[in-house]
Amino acid sequence: MPGSRPHAEIDRRNADWYVDKLVQVTVFVSGVSAILFIIGIFVFVTIEGVGFIANTLDFGEFFGSPAWRPTSETKPTYGALALIVGTASVTGLAMLVAVPFSLGAAIFIGEFATGKVRETLKVLVELLAAIPSVVWGFIGLSIMNPLIIDVFNVPVGLSILNSGIILGLMAAPIMTTIAEDALKAVPDTYREAAEAMGATRWQVIFRVVLPAAKNGLVAAVLLGVGRGFGETMAVLMASGHSVNLPTSVFDSVRALTATIAAELGETAQGSDHYAALFTLGIFLFAITFLINLAADVVVRGIRKGK
Amino acid sequence: MSVDAPARDLVRVRGLTIRYGDTAALSDVSLSIREHEIFGIIGPAGSGKTSFLRALNRMDEFTPAMTVDGAVEFDGKNVRDWRNAYALRSRIGVVFPLPVGLPMTIYDNVALSPRLRGIRRRSELDEIVERCLTRAALWDEVKDRLDSLGSLLSGGQQQRLTIARALSQEPQLLLLDEFSIAVDPVTTMRIEDVLKELKQEVTIVLVTNLVQQARRLADRTAFFLMGEFVELAETEQLFTGEVADPRTRDYVEGRFG
Amino acid sequence: MFEATELNDRNRRAERLWRWLFGMMTGLLIVPVVLILGVLIVKGGPALSIDFLFTEPTDGMRAGGVFPALIGTIWLVAVALLVSVPIGVAAAVYLSEYAPDNWLTRLINLCIINLAGVPSIVHALFGVGAFVLFFKFGISILAASCTLAVLTLPVVIVATRESLQAVPQAFREACWNMGATRWQTIRRVVLPNSISGILTGVILEVSRTTGETAPIMFTGAVFLLPFLPQSVFDPTMAMSLHLFVVSTQVPGVPDELPYGVALVLIGMVLCMNALSIAFRVYLRGKKKW
Repeated sequence: MPGSRPHAEIDRRNADWYVDKLVQVTVFVSGVSAILFIIGIFVFVTIEGVGFIANTLDFGEFFGSPAWRPTSETKPTYGALALIVGTASVTGLAMLVAVPFSLGAAIFIGEFATGKVRETLKVLVELLAAIPSVVWGFIGLSIMNPLIIDVFNVPVGLSILNSGIILGLMAAPIMTTIAEDALKAVPDTYREAAEAMGATRWQVIFRVVLPAAKNGLVAAVLLGVGRGFGETMAVLMASGHSVNLPTSVFDSVRALTATIAAELGETAQGSDHYAALFTLGIFLFAITFLINLAADVVVRGIRKGK
Repeated sequence: MSVDAPARDLVRVRGLTIRYGDTAALSDVSLSIREHEIFGIIGPAGSGKTSFLRALNRMDEFTPAMTVDGAVEFDGKNVRDWRNAYALRSRIGVVFPLPVGLPMTIYDNVALSPRLRGIRRRSELDEIVERCLTRAALWDEVKDRLDSLGSLLSGGQQQRLTIARALSQEPQLLLLDEFSIAVDPVTTMRIEDVLKELKQEVTIVLVTNLVQQARRLADRTAFFLMGEFVELAETEQLFTGEVADPRTRDYVEGRFG
Repeated sequence: MFEATELNDRNRRAERLWRWLFGMMTGLLIVPVVLILGVLIVKGGPALSIDFLFTEPTDGMRAGGVFPALIGTIWLVAVALLVSVPIGVAAAVYLSEYAPDNWLTRLINLCIINLAGVPSIVHALFGVGAFVLFFKFGISILAASCTLAVLTLPVVIVATRESLQAVPQAFREACWNMGATRWQTIRRVVLPNSISGILTGVILEVSRTTGETAPIMFTGAVFLLPFLPQSVFDPTMAMSLHLFVVSTQVPGVPDELPYGVALVLIGMVLCMNALSIAFRVYLRGKKKW
């Protein structure tokens, strides 16, 4: 039997070898597609805005003026300051709401809760994260809006406050999940060592676990910020959508994302207005790219540190 | 093919050195393994026996830190020159001390290799599965539950399943690394009997830390000590004390190890 | 001795305080959402009926049902899955089974993270530029689904990669030792043992895709269509966009109608998620090794 193997069998193994190479190339191309898509997003969004940026756009006006009047017949202006402030204020309030609560929830789920309670809470948090943003927007519009008008006795309920809370509730489940993962990544031996030295539970948490999980928690917050920054439908529906430099949380604002969503449908392809919206897109892409990059660097920092 | 024909070298190893990172696990081994012999390798743990086996079928490719220098020839051809490493591995059966039953049925475990070779006929597969499981002394225990999971068998059973799988490859060379570690003595003896029969068809390399097992089975035996290939001799000579190196005698007689 | 006891008491009290505080914070995250869901159910419940699901909107979307939007969402999700699942699973197979640890792999991983982090409205701009205009799909299901596929690709990749990596390396080595090629090993051992995990990820992706609105607004979904889509080159209505439209764009809509739409949408999404979670729990109890 050995040494007298039929040649057909050897050939078949060669066929398998070629199939294997073919699969390897196919999955490699699919893997690289992630890079291609990111480049594609960058190229296709930039290409529509780049002519406008080079010829028409005044950077001083873009970053310095709150006058977003792209549809003006006489003199259109493209000041994005109000939009940037709008996005920043809504995201800021959202983080003010979401960061303490989601970190607290992560600590409770990760360090205090056990067994069934913990499993149930994790499932609930996961389900919360699944609620679509348009539903959140609708909630802001139809439930939060009258509630804010009643409670604070203000004329309009679609405001920074409304969209900030909505956005906070949206971002919290994701931040909770990531933060809890970061806490879970702290080895149990740390906790045991500290407890063996007589530290109490909360001392262990504050002196050992939180410092050890610091980078992961920062990454969680950064990703939450990125999420808030890029959120579109909820902010579009709950923020009031008026171009405005806000003076209080009850003011209506308009966000970068919402501006694109609201105006893209009404613009002619190739017009300055159309290109200006793509310019906002480039800006958003760049900011979120930087935030994600920062989160990645921070997370990488943990691995190197250990 | 007659057993009386002059023995041909199936494996030739020249200047084989294996390192993990900067640590040498085995240095400068040169030896030949003849067709149709049982080639024993003995030596205490950490002597490089397993590393030696890994180098024979290019398993070093799965271990990034492992580097292999020197030449290993299989069937007259350097293993590095096989463009298709899979074809090489399909002709070499391996049984490791830690048994791995694949998470599929017992039947599929044994039928996997034939299927990879393109055998589809159920009757042919049935025949191979029964033969291999019988030879591995497992058939009687599992013949009524061939469709249960191979990965949920007991350790000893998984070990024999692994042997059956290696046999199902109809290999030219069978590498056994302490195959009896998880198997009870009675079953070990049954498998040993099978190995003696198999010698007619297959060349066997038997790595063992049971010196007596090598004595019972091996035609020639090599002694590895702490990464050094000490010597190679006819097994009988080794056990009757006709050895070149005193360390071999000490190990065989159980003075250390 | 006495002092120690006092200290213990204080510690216990402090511990209870902290537990209570963190528990409150968790509760404050969850309770409002549960209340809100309650309001949705109470207000939207009356609008729901079999008719609501299976009739077309009438009276300028002020009455009638959501049938075309429901069908449209199914079209969008199905086509998006057809595009993203093969690419995503293949990419995960590459990352888990083939990719060496080098700069290219790290770059791919970074891009996957970023793909998940790019705002959905930017994905929409990409969809308009690439699929609607450049590839000339027009405003169509195909363009919208391709946009959704790129957006949700990370979900499939990450879930698949995780379930592939859960298959112990020893199984692969055992297979390679028998002379199986990498692909034969993947097909016969790795994939069969991770398929349920992959499926869990796909269900999760269905849920994500169902709820997305911004990416389809300008690529394939329209406010109102008098007919059902006949092919992937037709535009379509969609549940998520329909909720946006009836709650913001149409004046004089009766109160319960948008609540009903929201309830159907959230029901679809949460059912998918619950299914995916149930599937995971079931799998955990059914270990194969």
